[in-house]
Amino acid sequence: MNKDSNVYTIIYASVMVVLVALLLAFTSESLRPMQAKNEAVDKMRQILTSVNVESTNANAEELYNQLIVDAFLVNSNGDKVDGNAFDTELVNELRKPVAERSYPVFVANIDGSMKYILSLRGAGLWGPLWGFISLDDDKETIYGASFGHEGETPGLGAEIDKPAFAHEFTGKKIFNAEGQYTSVAVVKPGQVAQGRDYVDGISGGTITSQGVDAMLYSSLEAYEPFLTNE
Amino acid sequence: MSPKNKFVLFNPLAKNNPITVQMLGVCSALAVTSKLEPSIVMSISVIAVLGLSNVVISLLRNTIPGRIRIIVQLVVVAALVTIVNEVLKAFAYDVSKQLSVFIGLIITNCIVMGRLEAFALGNKPWPAFLDGVGNGLGYGIILVIVGFFRELLGSGTLFGFQVIPDKFYEWGYENNGLMILPPMALIVVACIIWVQRSRDKELQEKN
Amino acid sequence: MQEYLSVFVSSIFIENMIFAYFLGMCSYLAVSKNVKTAMGLGIAVAFVLTVTLPINYLLENYVLKAGALSWLGDQFDSINLSFLSFIIFIAVIASMVQLIEMVMEKFMPALYNSLGIFLPLIAVNCAIMGGSLFMQQKDFANVGFATVYGLGSGIGWLLAIIGIAAIREKLQYSDIPKPLKGLGMAFILTALMGFGFMSFSGIKI
Repeated sequence: MNKDSNVYTIIYASVMVVLVALLLAFTSESLRPMQAKNEAVDKMRQILTSVNVESTNANAEELYNQLIVDAFLVNSNGDKVDGNAFDTELVNELRKPVAERSYPVFVANIDGSMKYILSLRGAGLWGPLWGFISLDDDKETIYGASFGHEGETPGLGAEIDKPAFAHEFTGKKIFNAEGQYTSVAVVKPGQVAQGRDYVDGISGGTITSQGVDAMLYSSLEAYEPFLTNE
Repeated sequence: MSPKNKFVLFNPLAKNNPITVQMLGVCSALAVTSKLEPSIVMSISVIAVLGLSNVVISLLRNTIPGRIRIIVQLVVVAALVTIVNEVLKAFAYDVSKQLSVFIGLIITNCIVMGRLEAFALGNKPWPAFLDGVGNGLGYGIILVIVGFFRELLGSGTLFGFQVIPDKFYEWGYENNGLMILPPMALIVVACIIWVQRSRDKELQEKN
Repeated sequence: MQEYLSVFVSSIFIENMIFAYFLGMCSYLAVSKNVKTAMGLGIAVAFVLTVTLPINYLLENYVLKAGALSWLGDQFDSINLSFLSFIIFIAVIASMVQLIEMVMEKFMPALYNSLGIFLPLIAVNCAIMGGSLFMQQKDFANVGFATVYGLGSGIGWLLAIIGIAAIREKLQYSDIPKPLKGLGMAFILTALMGFGFMSFSGIKI
């Protein structure tokens, strides 16, 4: 058969495309449960880190089921709405009009006291930032935080995912003495923020630190109605 | 193993190294070498893709229609890379997160296409496999060397474990933050080239 | 408008394909010995990036992504074809390159003669595939951003290759240690230029 004829070329191409598509569909289908589990475990570990609980890939699920006693969604008015909090990604919600958004809240029971874990999303120097922040049951004092990023500069901005940075937030308040929402400022090391609690940013990672600052402000602001309710 | 096959397997490790001599496959390599672990996973992925794609193309070499040759090669490589990517996501999730888009970029890694064109299209599957693995190893060696130095000097760790004793830091030793920045990967490769070419004068360029 | 400008500028200077990610290094090193050919390749790369990114963006968002097929009807909501994205992207790139080559040959023979030899090289240029993969990762809000990002990355690549070619032309007259001649020096130069470009990081418009 002539290898350069049109018919041969077209048949060859079609057969190859079908075979490759089948092969890939099969691989992807058979591996998908494991991938989904990895993603879930990864998220559980981030949530656990935000309440200062260290976990490994092996024990994350167990710890999560033990400590996280409730998870629900709240809308922009601070009312609970139906839906699965764990599967709700803030990044998708932020694309919707404000009235239709729902924000995930996780409730952890740490040694008998309730912690509210809120989801964060923002932008750093190179790409998105995200994280979880936990509040004591007064709903204003920060208990812990964990941050993640996609590709901040290693050694500089990327330091935000280290415990050293996240631990600075513990004990800070996101409301001022008059009860007004102020968030927590991330300032250049050595500087201070007037009238609100603040933590030191990463030296050399100014834009990333500003990104964290903006992320905290906008993400927590969305939860404000929920935090001031009741 | 016949001497010829041995040559095919080991020549790319030094004398005909894909990165430092053939000037192929630099693209996707250097951005992942700030730590040792991703460098190694990346190398293994490239070895797997190179070896397998060389075998597949070599098996198909007498049937591929000339006009769509490049597309056929790209589809085979892309399919293999997709599988590697899915496997990594399922079994080594943390590393796959670190490597992110760079796994996908193996598709356009010039080593892969270069070896398919230069070797697999004209040789039997077994030598083609060895050639793929050999070139993958040659690529991997460079990645691992670069990853080793950048992690050791830049973070004072290897595989994430601290190897530089605390005493050193007390005496005033500092991690070199510069090593972690992307351009240092190029400088380290340039140093490897410098060493290799001073020992092997044949490889030096005329101008 | 401002956001478009920001994506445009940051893709040229801050996230430069060569200096920040080292993408497209093979052809960058091989074709940067003189400015004229470097310019030709650079323009071709910029052109292909600008054309392929919007196409891949539309495919990604209306065919491949999880739930992307929901415009066909609710029952398609759960389909996730993202495992096909590598293959589709590379196929689009390879066929666009082929198409551009044919169109150019027919209607712009002069341009074809100067760029034609580079076109086959471009299908396997990491910068092009990289553009599509970063576009997928960045999750742009609409096709306009994807196009601007493609154009910006292309121009960034063009700037980089012209810059290194100009320096390498001058280097012929300088006294470099023998083992570093050619490839070694090109690496070091790229690294130094990369450090220079790092000073753009942090600029936000």
